[in-house]
Amino acid sequence: MTSTTKDPVIVVLQLSGGNDYFNTVIPYNDPLYVDNRPVVRYPLEDLLQVDDEMAFMPDMGPIKELYDQGNVAVIHGIGYANSPRSHFRSMDIWHTCEPDIIGVEGWAGRVAKALDPNKDNVLTAVNFGHGLPRALVVPGVPVAAISDLSTYGLLTGISDQEQRAKALDLFARMYSPAIGAGPVNDYLRSTGMDALTGADIVKVAPERYSSNVEYPNTSIANHLRDIAQVYLADLGTRIFYTQHGSFDNHAGEMAAHPKLWQDVSQGVGAFFEDLREHGRGDNVVMYVFSEFGRRVRDNGSGTDHGAAGASFVIGEPVKGGFYGEYPSRKAEDLEQGDLVPNYDFRGAYSTIAEDWFGLDAKPIVNGSFEKLSFL
Amino acid sequence: MAKKDEMALMAHLMRRAGFGAAREELEERVAKGYEATVEELLNPPPEDPAGKASVDALLYRYHPGTFLPGGTPTMGQARYMYSLRNSRNPLLDKMGLFWHQVFATGNAKVDNCNLVLDQIDMFRKYGMGNYRELLVQLSKNPAMIFWLDNNENHRDAVNENWGRELLELFSMGVNNYTETDVREASRAFTGWTVTPKMPRLPYGRFPWYFDYREEDHDETEKTFLGHTGNFNGEDIIDIVVKQPATSRFICRHLYNFFVADEVQVPAWTIEPARDEEALAEMMKSFEDSGYDLKAVLRTIFTSQFFKDARFSKIKSPAEVIAGTLRLVGKWDQPTPGIRTLGEQPDYMGQAVLDPPSVEGWYTGKEWINSGSLLARVNFVADHMADTSLPGVKSIIADMKAAGVTTPEQLLAAALDHMGYLELADETSEQLLEYMRGGGDLDWSDEAAAGTRIGETLAMIGATTEYQFG
Repeated sequence: MTSTTKDPVIVVLQLSGGNDYFNTVIPYNDPLYVDNRPVVRYPLEDLLQVDDEMAFMPDMGPIKELYDQGNVAVIHGIGYANSPRSHFRSMDIWHTCEPDIIGVEGWAGRVAKALDPNKDNVLTAVNFGHGLPRALVVPGVPVAAISDLSTYGLLTGISDQEQRAKALDLFARMYSPAIGAGPVNDYLRSTGMDALTGADIVKVAPERYSSNVEYPNTSIANHLRDIAQVYLADLGTRIFYTQHGSFDNHAGEMAAHPKLWQDVSQGVGAFFEDLREHGRGDNVVMYVFSEFGRRVRDNGSGTDHGAAGASFVIGEPVKGGFYGEYPSRKAEDLEQGDLVPNYDFRGAYSTIAEDWFGLDAKPIVNGSFEKLSFL
Repeated sequence: MAKKDEMALMAHLMRRAGFGAAREELEERVAKGYEATVEELLNPPPEDPAGKASVDALLYRYHPGTFLPGGTPTMGQARYMYSLRNSRNPLLDKMGLFWHQVFATGNAKVDNCNLVLDQIDMFRKYGMGNYRELLVQLSKNPAMIFWLDNNENHRDAVNENWGRELLELFSMGVNNYTETDVREASRAFTGWTVTPKMPRLPYGRFPWYFDYREEDHDETEKTFLGHTGNFNGEDIIDIVVKQPATSRFICRHLYNFFVADEVQVPAWTIEPARDEEALAEMMKSFEDSGYDLKAVLRTIFTSQFFKDARFSKIKSPAEVIAGTLRLVGKWDQPTPGIRTLGEQPDYMGQAVLDPPSVEGWYTGKEWINSGSLLARVNFVADHMADTSLPGVKSIIADMKAAGVTTPEQLLAAALDHMGYLELADETSEQLLEYMRGGGDLDWSDEAAAGTRIGETLAMIGATTEYQFG
């Protein structure tokens, strides 16, 4: 287990829509890349060569830099058996670790619950963005959702501070737990209390923050900067979650995919530079995933829903390198035209749960899965 | 004055079949009667083009950016929220919102707000008619064709995106077809595309039109759900609408939207419906009428299960915003700053015109998280406490005329004005305790009395109860 003197922290970055694995981590010696991708491929000479087999797509410069420093693990062929090829369903599976039934609890929410069983900190898990990913949802586990850190607060329209204090006090009483209110009302009440408490605590983060790192002005970079601010303010947040997309490039992929990765890579690069500047990169690990990869053969403009994908684990504590095997691209080895997953994503979650957080992974991912040694 | 229970029932109907109504409108409708109001909502008068134009004309005159918002989604969202807020035929607009949720098409990809707004206009026009016709219109809708890549679905290179979602999300739901059916349905829709295919840059955004290209259509034999023939797209729709799975799937969506919160869509293959009897009644109307959506809506609104379902749904952000604005009387005119109206639903987790994916938004309690709850409470409280707004002024005047004085009277009157809202005893007690701190209303200082009323309305808007509609 990696040792850290502080409480370990994870940042989950979800690439929504199904990132094209075959066009991101590219086995550039394989003629099947060019053969299967008459339209949707990058020129070989533009690729960022990693070793004598693998290259990153051209817009991943900052991530390549982190890789060269030994801080990026790439997990090949990640997924699960019998991909449904539906965004909705596949994201649900990744979020709940339940491929056969509809799960109601999210894996990251379970981690939060295990880390903070008594709900001592309403900011243990925070989503940056609108709404809440199912990965963070576990009944009774408080999760904050912050779309914009600079304007976060409750009943902020009441300018008279004494009056606002009274109103907030009433709000607190109205949202305190009530016996027999029913599950939906219970949920509303606890969410209201969490909003109230979380807003109170989190408002210090922008005040305490200063940095020389310039983040690009993109939605993902804004979220990552908000994450850096809350992390650096030491508010006890252990799980940060955000997403970027859409990677659902059925058409016009060669116009959309480069920009998506440019935004992600530059944002991620700035984020880790920020942590380094503050000397705080030693206990943060970022986990980057997408709900599936895409079909091996392009459709003349984009790529359709596939199966196996890649995950990235980034940070100073990470043992960089490639993990697992790139699935075979040979026609006879494909399933319905897709790369066959050879590594179960629940193993990556288990590695994080056990070797990063020191938790028992089984109840978090619903079973035992092969771990990797990236931590 | 109408009896309170009749007013409360009418308030319920207008929240569900529209975006809520203030006291005066409720009284008019109660005078007409419940059944008559249902029929009026179902059979709106032909839209007065001059009247509609005057609403739009004023909006466009002051905010031309909302007319063809193109690549500026916020202005498109502002126009959409303005149209919901000022709707004259609320059920038409409610159905537009319903289909926007089910046939979720996002500007994030379409990148042309004009076309997404056109699609919602199409939902208004066909959304209460025959479901088969609606699916045909949907298959020909340019925003949808581009959203699900049917413009990339060619005779010699099939793209399955539209074919799959037509079956999975727009009609039958998962587990009711095979991968082969997806393939065959997709083949039947080859050649259904848009024109002109102009590059976005550097020429700007072009309006697209539906175009059927026979030379790009695969006219060979297909086998779909056990039927074999040289099917084209409409033949697939003919087969799809007759499936019992379609009837159940669409009626369950309608139940979830108009009656009471269901579990989320992915669980529908596993969980029974919240009210199987109600669903069976709705399905019977759907099937007996030859897939007429108006027939199903009539069944819903006149049923006991609907009347009993008061406050059993968590309001969507669009409902919170349009309902609050209708009550307080804001944005009846396109005053400056309308852009902020377009941003609000996004803050509450429902970026209209831009659903997160083709699956639309998660509904019910999934609307609520600490961030969205905070945005809802702040929005409602800020508006209800603003005594300069005409709707709030009229509530104050009404209370003055009624001689409202004690905290108990004030709370009761405020709840009635806010849709005959029902509070748990505990919440009432907590509110009363807070209000008693200010004593009785002193009408000799009208401004101070108004402020007290505004604060009361705001804090009611902050309750858990107010999140339900």
